[in-house]
Amino acid sequence: MKKYLQLFTTLFKIGLFTFGGGYAMISLLENELVERKKWLEHDEFMDIVAVAESTPGPIAINCATYVGYKRVGVLGSAFATLGVCMPSFIIIYFISVFFDKFMELSVVASAFKGIQACVVYLIFSAGLKMLKKMKKNPLSIALMASTIICMLVFSLMAIKFSTIFYILIGGVIGVFAYLVKRGEK
Amino acid sequence: MMLLKLFLTFMQIGAVSFGGGYGMISLMREKCVPLWLTDEEFMSFIAISESTPGPISVNMATFVGSDQAGILGSACATLGLVLPSFIIILIIASVLKNLLKYKGVQAALSGIKAVVVGLILATSATMFMSIVCGFTALGEGYNFDVMGVLVIAVVAVVALAYKKFRKKAISPIVLILISALLGAVIY
Repeated sequence: MKKYLQLFTTLFKIGLFTFGGGYAMISLLENELVERKKWLEHDEFMDIVAVAESTPGPIAINCATYVGYKRVGVLGSAFATLGVCMPSFIIIYFISVFFDKFMELSVVASAFKGIQACVVYLIFSAGLKMLKKMKKNPLSIALMASTIICMLVFSLMAIKFSTIFYILIGGVIGVFAYLVKRGEK
Repeated sequence: MMLLKLFLTFMQIGAVSFGGGYGMISLMREKCVPLWLTDEEFMSFIAISESTPGPISVNMATFVGSDQAGILGSACATLGLVLPSFIIILIIASVLKNLLKYKGVQAALSGIKAVVVGLILATSATMFMSIVCGFTALGEGYNFDVMGVLVIAVVAVVALAYKKFRKKAISPIVLILISALLGAVIY
């Protein structure tokens, strides 16, 4: 039982102090889990990060789940995952309760109009950052470009084509290209 | 049943959100706007989710869930979001340890990652159209907001200048605060 509580509180602490996205959490996780608590070796941790990066879901949650499992199995991963989600859940819930009232103040509403414009920029720069990191080969560039073009055209023409399809098609084309390349060898 | 709808919707989002942080934004917007939120509300939620602790997607699930159906709603949405990755990680950790080592799987992931980059960039463009230009499709009217462009320009300049002189990226929270101040003054 003690192990479960320990997992929960450690991950709770990590969840509380991570601002600004998954990768900030990684150094916190490493510090806490590898160096301070010594629950993992550095190499093990790096393997976990690699998995957490590639699977769906936020990298922080994935790391928590994996670490929890390694410590004490499935129940451990549940405790760890719950722990890392709790702080943000509580904070956001409280904000959401007061949000509408808050927005009734005209100063706040105006401020948020500015914020909305800023978010457009944030999303764009996040996309650019990912673009820089992306491995650039004819296939990836073609996939990215066609995604952009299709999304813009469909949006302008008010055609609905779900994001889920884009992702599935991307995965399928990726595998297909790999099979073709393998077949050529 | 709203709770079930929240759970299932966010489960779909959680199942395909690759590519960190903003990877889920395209699908989340598709599912939430205009069914549950306006574009403006969505962006406000994003800004708040970005500024508080925790992963942005978890925060969004909590926020939208709460907005729609109170505390149970936020619990269902958050649970739905986290469940797919929880299960996948457990499967990989326990039985399919080498799943990610298969070249075929890596190839699929590379394809998906390329698509996600496109999705994020395209989403920022369509959001720009919606929020700053005030139109979503051809044939509708438009409503150009010069101030919005101004805010974006200021924020971009600040971010780039910071990167140039301090050699590291500026915190999004600072940019959000700057835009909030600007917004309060010019709107």
